[in-house]
Amino acid sequence: MIELINLYKEFGKHPVLRGVNLTIRDGETMVIIGRSGCGKSVLLKHMIGLMKPDEGQVIVDGEEVSRASGETLRRLRLKFGMLFQGAALFDSLTVGENVAFSLREHTPMEEPEIQARIVECLGYVGLSGIEHLKPAELSGGMRKRVGLARALAIKPRVILYDEPTTGVDPIGADAINRLILRLHDRLKVTGVVVTHDMVSATKIADRIAMLHEGRILQVGTVEEIRSTSNPVVRQFILGVSENEEGK
Amino acid sequence: MRPADLISDKLLEPLGEGALAFFAYIGGSGMLLFKTFLGLFTLPWGRWLACMVMPWRWKELAADRRWNLIADQMSKVGVDSFPLVFLTALFTGMVLALQSAYQLQKMSAENYIGSLVALSMTRELGPVLTALVVTGRVGAAITAELGTMRVTEQIDALETLGVDSVNYLAVPRMAALLIMLPVLVIYADMVGILGGYIVGVYKLGITSSMYMNMTWDPLRIKDVLTGLFKAAVFATIITGIACHEGFETQGGAEGVGRSTTLSVVISFILIITADCFFTALFYFVFP
Ligand SMILES: Nc1ncnc2c1ncn2[C@@H]1O[C@H](COP(=O)(O)OP(=O)(O)O)[C@@H](O)[C@H]1O
Ligand SMILES: [Mg+2]
Repeated sequence: MIELINLYKEFGKHPVLRGVNLTIRDGETMVIIGRSGCGKSVLLKHMIGLMKPDEGQVIVDGEEVSRASGETLRRLRLKFGMLFQGAALFDSLTVGENVAFSLREHTPMEEPEIQARIVECLGYVGLSGIEHLKPAELSGGMRKRVGLARALAIKPRVILYDEPTTGVDPIGADAINRLILRLHDRLKVTGVVVTHDMVSATKIADRIAMLHEGRILQVGTVEEIRSTSNPVVRQFILGVSENEEGK
Repeated sequence: MRPADLISDKLLEPLGEGALAFFAYIGGSGMLLFKTFLGLFTLPWGRWLACMVMPWRWKELAADRRWNLIADQMSKVGVDSFPLVFLTALFTGMVLALQSAYQLQKMSAENYIGSLVALSMTRELGPVLTALVVTGRVGAAITAELGTMRVTEQIDALETLGVDSVNYLAVPRMAALLIMLPVLVIYADMVGILGGYIVGVYKLGITSSMYMNMTWDPLRIKDVLTGLFKAAVFATIITGIACHEGFETQGGAEGVGRSTTLSVVISFILIITADCFFTALFYFVFP
């Protein structure tokens, strides 16, 4: 379980999170939606301790990530896999080495086992046979899928996805949605997905939360969000800009 | 606006902010340096040394991830710097010989050219010039690489994969430069002496045996050792500043450019300052 309690975060004088409260249950897929720049990536980075809140707490399975450091934090992080918005592949390493990174760092697995796991993970994201390429040789969408394979490699209990389908072609996007669903159904992996792709959101979400002006505006099931009466949420999921709404 | 306000707004406040930023910088880079050396000392150096002297254990060494990181960096920062250091040191040695000839010939003391070149190279120019060349080549590359990793979130990714970014990135670079810079300095000393020899023997007509005698005669082991000590200090400065600037990079490609420039400039200034300090220290305290 991930609990975000009253999170505040500002950069300089610019407040981004202004009291976020959200609980993510074990095994559910929580989709976080919101306008670009509203702080979704910042929120994800708080969950894995890459950013520290100015105020408030992040608690994962009863342990406080927001206070942890050093060895404790590193151990907590091994529960997570994270897909970055820009994939963040190590560009000095090949695709295969990227995927195998955490296996080689943290497990005593032998080379044949590791190779098998690389093939398996690249297979999940529909990119078999590209182990030997460098990240610079891949398209943006492919990089994102490799980033997902890297996050999966160590079989984390929680996966944080930062815009997994943005910049991926429709077929690749569908493959990613299916993968998220499969991880959820078969392996009971907890997922936190940041996206503004409403098609993807309705396919994969158990619950959807909308982040707006530094707070969680509404949390609910896909149905609840669809039939909401909140004008801001409605506007977002229907995808109308302010001027049109005003007509 | 009252004059008092003017002073506090326009003078004291920026001054205060500047001082704050300055101390934050010292604190930040000091902290990084501390962590780096802590990481450096917890590496299994004893086991690696044992592997190195026993050829049948080389396989074990080649499979060691931590060692490979260091070996990679040693080849990048060290081995690839030899050509540049060669050119710099050779021409410096030649120029030293020519310039001193200009003075010494007036007193018919050309024979002392060899001593002058040897002492200036080992005590001063070898370490300083090598350090400056390596700053431009290696310090800049380290900052650009780490800075790019920072702005493309690769350092964050490293952390999320449960790896300490200082141990993984800064420690191998520090180890590599601490080992390779002294080697490069010794090499620069020898090449510089060779440059002086070429000018002295082939151009100024000093006999070869005379030149070599005058080179070795005044050289004490202390001269070489102080040069090597300086090399270690410079290696710490170069890697410390380069890594700190890299880790602290913000703001995309422009930010990477800015921190790379800053890394080279700060290292240059610190190297020259530290050189003056240690030269004075060795001169007055350990004559
Ligand atoms: N490291 C940082 N330093 C300063 N400002 C930041 C940093 N990270 C994010 N921000 C700011 O926080 C806001 C939210 O960013 P982000 O979480 O990336 O938005 P999004 O919801 O599109 O993912 C933006 O205004 C951004 O400028
Ligand atoms: Mg984002």
